This record gives sequence, structure tokens and C-alpha cells, in this order.
Amino acid sequence: MEKIKKDGSYYLNPYLGGVILGVFLFLAFYISGRGLGASGAVKNSVAATVNVIAPDHAAKSAYYCQFAGGDKQPMSNWLVFEVLGVLAGAFFSGIIFNRLNFKVEHSPKITSRRRLVFALLGGAVFGFGSQLARGCTSGAALSGMAVLSFGGYITMIAIFGTAFVAAWIFRKNWI
Amino acid sequence: MIGSIISSGIVSPAWDNLFAVIIGMGFGFALESSGFSSSRKIIGTFFGYDFVVVKVFFTAAIVSSLGLLYFSYLGLVDFSTLYIQPTFLTSAIVGGIIMGIGFAMGGFCPGTSLCATAVGRIDGLVFLGGMFIGVFLFSESFPLFENMYYTGSEGAKMVNTVFGISPELFTFFLVLAAIGMFVGAGWVQKKVQKIEY
Repeated sequence: MEKIKKDGSYYLNPYLGGVILGVFLFLAFYISGRGLGASGAVKNSVAATVNVIAPDHAAKSAYYCQFAGGDKQPMSNWLVFEVLGVLAGAFFSGIIFNRLNFKVEHSPKITSRRRLVFALLGGAVFGFGSQLARGCTSGAALSGMAVLSFGGYITMIAIFGTAFVAAWIFRKNWI
Repeated sequence: MIGSIISSGIVSPAWDNLFAVIIGMGFGFALESSGFSSSRKIIGTFFGYDFVVVKVFFTAAIVSSLGLLYFSYLGLVDFSTLYIQPTFLTSAIVGGIIMGIGFAMGGFCPGTSLCATAVGRIDGLVFLGGMFIGVFLFSESFPLFENMYYTGSEGAKMVNTVFGISPELFTFFLVLAAIGMFVGAGWVQKKVQKIEY
């Protein structure tokens, strides 16, 4: 426990947080034989939605038909259940560490509106990239690293390496 | 019990989704309690004022890698039953670069945006909404990227084989590199001007 902030919330020591995360990542592999993920649940939700609204279109798509259609059940998927757990676990943490409140977090130098526009664009760009790379920071990079996947390491280096450069380009939004 | 437990057949696969919820709860708790529901805390890594991402991410990578290797050494984990992220070099690099840009624009990654949403951060919820749009756009334009998506498949390639060393030795170097980064992060953080957020 450290860094009690002005608003009364506080954080776990980052190394302790890392150990807890590492233990649950280990358990994911030990129990279920797979890593943690986040973007995969979004992919399944999109595939399921398209499959309900336009089943013919989903069946013809070389991408959707991998996840939805036929007897595939995209919403009854390990990652979808795991993401429901993520929301619950983060909510409990928000209660314990006094961080539950509605707000748009942004640098005082920019407006909420600008922050939200960039959050939307950033989410869209990240979501697009996560499909190309077959996973995001959790599913491809972190879970890949846990089992020493070469692709996982490459994705991790590409994400963080690019983000250092791109953060400088978008620095006026942050500092 | 030899892991993965689900593949060993000791526990019915029907339990797998329940384990998914419990494991997800630990994942979400670890991320949020470390401060990953705050985009300004996350993005601090890229400006040097808060390295929580580096500390949490690499600690977790070390703990899980060491745990799996140790259990494998004891004969308690069979690596052939684990899902190993397959290597497609081109799409991993290009996808990673695109994600890095999205990261710097949005201040979250998918997992952390879920945590931010869960504690009421509107920017997290909007990022999450953006992800649905991005995934939809990729899926619809898949024929354009199909070649890139499937090119250069190297299967479940292990990173240690690239260097021609054992998994154990690679993990040893990973631990050394992580400790080096933690020390370096502490040093940089002292030099950089504090930012109140």
C-alpha cells in the first residue's frame, strides 16, 4: 500500500501487483492451458453480433466464420467469461482502494472532449492492430512471454517501442 | 495434478468457464489495484514520470515464466498442452506497431480499458467502444490484410531457440534484464520532473 492520493485512493505496491498478476497468469496456463486476454472477447462479441444481424455476411467472411456461425458459440467462450471476471475483479479493487467514481481523466491542459475523441480513436486503432497481431498486450505479449513464445516477445517489443515514439508525437495530450 | 488440468481430464471441461471467471477476477484486481485504471499513470512510462507499467508487466512475466518452468521441471506441467502464441513475424510486427500508436493515443490497452470502465472512467469506456469499431473494421477489411495475416508462419516458435539457448538460461537472462530495467526506471523517475495526476 502506498501513495495515498488527494482523493483518498491508494495503490498496491507495483511489484506486489506484478506478483499477483503473474500468479494468475500462471494459474490460467496451469488450470486452463491458456493465457489471459482481453481483445479476444471483443472479437468474439463483434463476430457474434454480426452473426445475429447479418448471418449470411458472417458466413461468407473469411474472418468471422472462424469464430461465429454454424454450431460455434462465440459468447460461450473462455475469454468472454474471463473478461466478465476482469470487470468484477477491477470493480472490487475500485471499492477496496477507494477509486469508484465517474470521471473523464485527462491532463489539465486539454478538454474532456479532446480526451474522449483520442480515447475513441486510440481504441479503434488498438482494436484493429490487436486483430492483425492475433492478440493484444495481454493475449499476445504478456501471455506469449509467459510461455516464451517468440511471437509474444516480438509483439511486446513492437507495441512498447512504437508507443515510446508515438507518445512523444501525442505528448501535448498527456504532459 | 499435471497441468494443464483441463486437458488432463481430471476436471470436467464444463468447469473451465468458471475457472475463467475466477482467473479473470484475479487479473482485473491485479491491474486495477496497481493503478492500471488510470491512463495518465499508464502513459507515465513513456514520459518517465511513472514506471508502474514496466514494474508490473515484467514482474508478472518473470513470475509466470519461472512458475511454468519450475512446474515443468517437477513434471507438473506438460508444455505440449499449453497454448503457445504462434509466431507470424510480419503481422506480429505490423500489428504491434499499430497497437503502439493506439496505446499512445488512447492511453489504455484492451485489458486496462476494461479495468478503467469497471471503476467508472468514461475515457476507458469510450476506448472500449473504439475497440469494437476497430475490430469491426479489421474484420470487414480482412481480405485486404489476409496475405499479411498469414504470411511468415513459424508455428509455436520459442524465443530461446532464436538465441540457441535453453528455456531456463533465457529466463535467467530475462530476470537479469528485468532487474536492470527496474533499477533504471527508479533512476530515471528521480531525474524526471514530477507530474501531478
